[in-house]
Amino acid sequence: MSTQERLRDDAKEAAELITSIADTVDRGSGNLKWRHFKGTILSVIGWASIIFGLGVLAILIIDVINRATGIFTGGQNWLTWDFFNNFDSRFAQRAGAKAAIVGTLYTISLTILFAFPLGVAAAIYLEEYANDNWFTRLVEINISNLAAVPSIIYGLLGLQVFARWLMLDRSIITGALTLALLVVPIIIVASRESIRAVPLSLRQASYALGATRWQTTWYVVLPQAIGGILTGSILAVSRAIGEAAPLITIGALTFVPFLPRNLFDIFTVLPIQIFNWTSRPQDDFRALAAAGIVVLLAILLTINALAIYLRIRYQKRY
Amino acid sequence: MAVTDLQKQSSFLRNTREKLIQIALLLAATVSILTTIGIVFSLLFETIAFFSEVSIIEFLTETEWTPLFSIKKYGIWPLLSATLLTSAIALLVAVPLGLVAAIFLSEFASDNVRRTIKPLLEILAGIPTVVYGYFALTTVTPFLKNFIPTLSIFNSLSAGIVMGVMLIPYVASLSEDSLSAVPNSLREAAYGLGSTRFEVATRVVAPAAISGIVASIVLAFSRAVGETMIVAIAAGQNPRFTFDPTVPVMTMTSYIVQVSLGDTPYGSLSYYTLYAVGFTLFLFTFILNIFSYWMVRKFREVYD
Repeated sequence: MSTQERLRDDAKEAAELITSIADTVDRGSGNLKWRHFKGTILSVIGWASIIFGLGVLAILIIDVINRATGIFTGGQNWLTWDFFNNFDSRFAQRAGAKAAIVGTLYTISLTILFAFPLGVAAAIYLEEYANDNWFTRLVEINISNLAAVPSIIYGLLGLQVFARWLMLDRSIITGALTLALLVVPIIIVASRESIRAVPLSLRQASYALGATRWQTTWYVVLPQAIGGILTGSILAVSRAIGEAAPLITIGALTFVPFLPRNLFDIFTVLPIQIFNWTSRPQDDFRALAAAGIVVLLAILLTINALAIYLRIRYQKRY
Repeated sequence: MAVTDLQKQSSFLRNTREKLIQIALLLAATVSILTTIGIVFSLLFETIAFFSEVSIIEFLTETEWTPLFSIKKYGIWPLLSATLLTSAIALLVAVPLGLVAAIFLSEFASDNVRRTIKPLLEILAGIPTVVYGYFALTTVTPFLKNFIPTLSIFNSLSAGIVMGVMLIPYVASLSEDSLSAVPNSLREAAYGLGSTRFEVATRVVAPAAISGIVASIVLAFSRAVGETMIVAIAAGQNPRFTFDPTVPVMTMTSYIVQVSLGDTPYGSLSYYTLYAVGFTLFLFTFILNIFSYWMVRKFREVYD
């Protein structure tokens, strides 16, 4: 094709594009006031959708606090010292969430211990070491797919691999390993983003001083990226704290009236305890579930506040 | 002489350490692949065991699911229909609200409003699902009963609506990202031709961002299909082949929860049903995830 022909084709294409845009705009013409008013309508509906979502959130929180403490409409306050200090019981008045709260602390600490080093190491490999080859691309597609696999499927994996094949049974370790696999993809994605944001010039300066790749990573890149890595990891862990489905699947018990003696002991966690109380028909147990929800939401709120604090504290601009 | 030896030795140590660290990091990256292999194989093994006792034709054509009764029937349709019903209700809530919110935030709202509202909306995605389940059962269902007196205590309507609220930020955030990524030159061109803000948003920006918008909807759908605690608490435990949103039903995920709560002996047929249902669920979400990945790649408009 000669240059002239190509130019002619380009011009024809441009002309078609302009006609089509003009057509589109034409169809919208008419009463100018009405055309602008449609924008106002969209803004109103936009605000309405946002207010609906946030309104439901507000009602949910107020409703749960009210059921737990009776603060707005009167009624028994279930969020007492006994609630934190008693084990579960068949009698609502004597039931508490001690085993569930301690179980959550144990399980989540172990989950962090397994997932954080693994996720950050994988992120470092993908950002600082990997070449752009089929293996890297496979790992990348795989991670984005894993992040969208339903959590209950991880439960089935944990049941089969950790509980049966490794014979860890329905222990805290099985629960923590299962949750770790669930959050590792989230930690990898967040850590990679944070590592990628460290400017190349810092790495080049480090190499110019004779540092090796690992020295550069450890002493230069990671200290710069740690804020984002911690923020992302904390958010991932807060997801694990709220998970009930995978732990129910591996067989975490719903009624545990004692503290775990070691890491191979059976256990329960706060979300499962809430589920258990919710599924009992008596109103008193529903109120206990509300008290559990208030505690769970308070934990999550604290953790998210920590993440926001870290994000601000480590924020750097280049 | 001694100095060169020392240098040689230290550079050898250094190289070995570098190599070992690289291998350790590579192994960490490989864990994600092992997870996928683990998921596929653990599901596949028990699913094959299941289909050696139940024919796949019965699984796909039977319309009753009664593996825990004396007369056992293994048709996936009751579980599948419940999953699709609750997901459809959730999408009916999340897609319109999420999309309007996304277009509003990206094209109409000021920077300040966007920066405040987006994280606030994302709180909705951070609330544990067991909390949503509780809310659906104890608050939304009694509220809906005022308008629909025949509504059962357990139903897919309130479970679906609450799930939809949870999914608003998934649709809104991802769609807003892809709307914001449309280059300003397109908007300016449309304004130059006399368009109003509404016309720019709906006829130029939204079509240009369509791949991201569709991907966000597909991802929300995939979340809804795999969502467990809301439906297990609020939608019931009754497997039946129906699309009536007011009666108790049982989704695939609720079934897995129900069997897990009971004491199912390892190696029994009801143990295998866990994995057959789990495998169906995994296939479903896997296809949706791949589809959304492909959508983004295939239909992404690239602007220089």
